[in-house]
Amino acid sequence: MISLERVLMGSALLLILGSAYGQEERNVFAQGGSQPGAAPCVACHGADGLGLAVAGFPRLAGLPAGYLRKQLEDFKSGARNSPVMQPLAKALTEEEIVSVTRALAAMPAPAAVPLHRSVMPVNTAQKIALQGAWDRQIPACVSCHGPAGVGVGEAFPPLAGQPAAYLVAQLNAWQSGARHNDPNDLMGHIAKSLTAEEVQGVAAYFSSLSGQEVKP
Amino acid sequence: MKVFLFAPVLGILISLPVLAATIAMEDQSQLQAPVAAHPASQFQPPLESELPDNAYGALVRQGYALFVDTKRLAPQFVGNGLNCSNCHLDQGRLANSAPLWGAYPMYPAYRKKNDKVNTFAERLQGCFQFSMNGGTPPAADSPEITALSVYSYWLASKAPLGAELPGRGYPEVPSSANAYDLTRGAEVYKGLCAVCHGAEGQGQKVGDSYVMPPLWGKDSYNWGAGMHRINTAASFIKYNMPLGQGGSLTDQQAWDVAAYVNSHERPQDPRLVEGSVEKTRVKFHANDGVNLYGQTVEGVLIGQGIR
Repeated sequence: MISLERVLMGSALLLILGSAYGQEERNVFAQGGSQPGAAPCVACHGADGLGLAVAGFPRLAGLPAGYLRKQLEDFKSGARNSPVMQPLAKALTEEEIVSVTRALAAMPAPAAVPLHRSVMPVNTAQKIALQGAWDRQIPACVSCHGPAGVGVGEAFPPLAGQPAAYLVAQLNAWQSGARHNDPNDLMGHIAKSLTAEEVQGVAAYFSSLSGQEVKP
Repeated sequence: MKVFLFAPVLGILISLPVLAATIAMEDQSQLQAPVAAHPASQFQPPLESELPDNAYGALVRQGYALFVDTKRLAPQFVGNGLNCSNCHLDQGRLANSAPLWGAYPMYPAYRKKNDKVNTFAERLQGCFQFSMNGGTPPAADSPEITALSVYSYWLASKAPLGAELPGRGYPEVPSSANAYDLTRGAEVYKGLCAVCHGAEGQGQKVGDSYVMPPLWGKDSYNWGAGMHRINTAASFIKYNMPLGQGGSLTDQQAWDVAAYVNSHERPQDPRLVEGSVEKTRVKFHANDGVNLYGQTVEGVLIGQGIR
């Protein structure tokens, strides 16, 4: 977990850096957008963009720009529901969306934990993650999100190192239909087949798969 | 090297055509079109938790590892980017996805086309040579074939011997006169398949390893693989694709998209006869289900191979 102190110090640093380079291209991550309501990402997603685990705010650093761009567009359109992100995304200009998603994609992601396909699961959550539950048409999470959930391409975001609370919230949103911005209902139908216990289990599993330093 | 030691021995045992020494099993055609499994009557393979903690259990686990991580663990026998589990879903356990428990009890099997009895080991060697485009396959008594055979035996260990279990293979998908349309297939591909397999069928990688398998091109199955048949690919797709949404396509969509995928170039059939696509077509493809090998589509000869 990232301490509040660290977030604030990082934010202050980035604000200074941001203003230094702000003449060329606005640093949306550190400064926010040009229009009212476009708060800076750093306020919730942390100085390093790695999220705020305790609050369930996701990591953005190192995520594919195309994926992030789609999420911001979907917040705007309502295809992805979030009371916090919706007004914020609406306040960003197209240019700001392009520049901030590009900047986020370039920020360093936590080192992935190497995990080979041949590793056998040792509990029911790992079984869903690594093999799936085919009696319910649930493929292994890693078959789309990649080995150890590192993410694949622009459509399948990383799960590794995301806060468990964020992953749980998203799976619940897929289940309820509050989130329905996946291609061809690929995620929706899977989430709807998971039990509450499995949701907790796989979220805890993937949040633990990260080289990120864990602090109490 | 093994080829040269191996060839005279095989030559004594059975008369083989020229060049056949490196091809363990020429015939990749279906034994017989299987029927779909109904969940209620479906065979249930044993659970990993039932594996004994002894040498046998350890070998089953080795076979499992090879099956799901083939490219990394047996790189010398895999010439493309695939793993066994790409075409045999759920680690070879899933009904209607050519499960190992459905295949193992059907061998040894006589095949009219190559006029000989094929062992399960030879069937696995065929997978390596064609589906994995692996060149000379692991020997029948190699650690790889042994581990994969033991894994298959274990999955089939409560199955009746020589009986065709429901869910074996990829069940036949009816088609009126085997009709398909490549343009319609391209639309299906674009709408439902490209998100994972890429706009050009190239698959998607993490690092140097494929997560979503390439469907054509140099890293996919070759022209000798069973999956190059449009009817076989239609069956696989109908029952298993998109991943986790098996059964969602219409029969016609499955045929159309299968034809679209299998109209693209892939590595050459290793049984290539005298360097001639036409001779290879006549010998191996003319009576092998529905396929485009050696045919001309929109002025282009299909089956020229790709490196």
